[in-house]
Amino acid sequence: MRLTQGTFSYLPDLSDEQITKQIQYALENGWPISIEYTDDPHPRNTYWEMWALPMFDVHDAAPIMDELAKAREAHPDEYIKIEAYDARLGRQTTALSFIVNRPRREPGFRVERQGRADRQMGYSLHPYAADRPRGERYKGANGLPWTT
Amino acid sequence: MDDVTPSLAAAPEADRSLDLDAAYRDSQVGEVLAKVDRELVGLVPVKTRIREIAHLLLIDKLRARVGLAAQPPPLHMSFTGRPGTGKTTVATRMAEILHRLGYVRRGHLVTATRDDLVGQYIGHTAPKTKEVLKKAAGGVLFIDEAYYLYKPENERDYGAEAIEILLQAMENQRDDIVVIFAGYKDRMETFFASNPGLRSRVASHIDFPDYTADELRTIAQMMLTALNYELDPGAERALGEYIERRMHQPQFANARSVRNALDRARLRQATRLFEHGGLVTPEQLKTIEESDIRKSRIFSAS
Repeated sequence: MRLTQGTFSYLPDLSDEQITKQIQYALENGWPISIEYTDDPHPRNTYWEMWALPMFDVHDAAPIMDELAKAREAHPDEYIKIEAYDARLGRQTTALSFIVNRPRREPGFRVERQGRADRQMGYSLHPYAADRPRGERYKGANGLPWTT
Repeated sequence: MDDVTPSLAAAPEADRSLDLDAAYRDSQVGEVLAKVDRELVGLVPVKTRIREIAHLLLIDKLRARVGLAAQPPPLHMSFTGRPGTGKTTVATRMAEILHRLGYVRRGHLVTATRDDLVGQYIGHTAPKTKEVLKKAAGGVLFIDEAYYLYKPENERDYGAEAIEILLQAMENQRDDIVVIFAGYKDRMETFFASNPGLRSRVASHIDFPDYTADELRTIAQMMLTALNYELDPGAERALGEYIERRMHQPQFANARSVRNALDRARLRQATRLFEHGGLVTPEQLKTIEESDIRKSRIFSAS
């Protein structure tokens, strides 16, 4: 199941050229870019790992694309997103955030029913990937990365 | 990146003659050159060199259009000259020229000194230098007093590491960054002599001559006009004398010294007006008198 989080998530994955243009757009708006990654795809997982520090005072997308290439090399089978932060007073929030890398195989989520007191039912979302410990979540049965 | 210079990537328009004037107009480089002429007094050799470089770069673009160019011209430069001779200003304009001709994508100037590039302990230098390179990507990196990077007397100095990373960046990311090294002429020469790798990658060496007394007077006038001040005739004479004397003193920093002298004259003018008290006319507020300049230490010393 394809994870849809952030901007452009219902579009096909962006090409590097398109990512570069989006980054350039953010930089021209004065939004510093940071790169984050995770292997926990739960939609409420807001704490992704930071890939180095946010890149302040950068004027061109090229060095950010270099960093992204490094992040992809280190975490090929994890989710990586680009975050653009608008620091202006009154906004001070993420202005643009989109996924730029995803595992080769995304197993998706299951719905879990929970019987509670008084025959009430609770529902929660559980990523199949989270059944395994960190770092092994997107590997095949043999422990090696998926090859397809 | 491939989309840096679309005109370079475009299909060669071989066998067609190109309109040089139109290309020059389209690039709007003329405007920048005119601005350099207007903003900077004197510096004729510098202006000539910049014009030559701009022409070379434009011709190279045209050669690329007809499929003649083999590789981009080397762009890294070295600006030598004493303090206050306009190196930073010219570097800013150079960044603009390179941007308009499509050699750098953004055309901003990032100024760095040894402190910004060299770290304090092992493993600190590389991230620092790379950080600065990231900031300068797509523009011009201006390294002021570049010779401080290299300290041969201390073999454990991390400056050499910074130079190495700079060299890599200058070599690999040709489209991304242009580096301008700046500093005193003699010290830059030793710096380049002891770093042959750098020397071979820096194509243009531009030397900034000291200003003459006349030029400094013109600069002072331009500065005052920009600040809405005027000199009365006595002050004008005094300023001329001041410049003559100041030029022969140690630590003379050309235009910067003139700016500082004017700032001090403004201070004295303000004090004088205050001591006088009462009503002041706009005329008085605008005028710097002879005494404001004559009170300088320069005159009392002799």
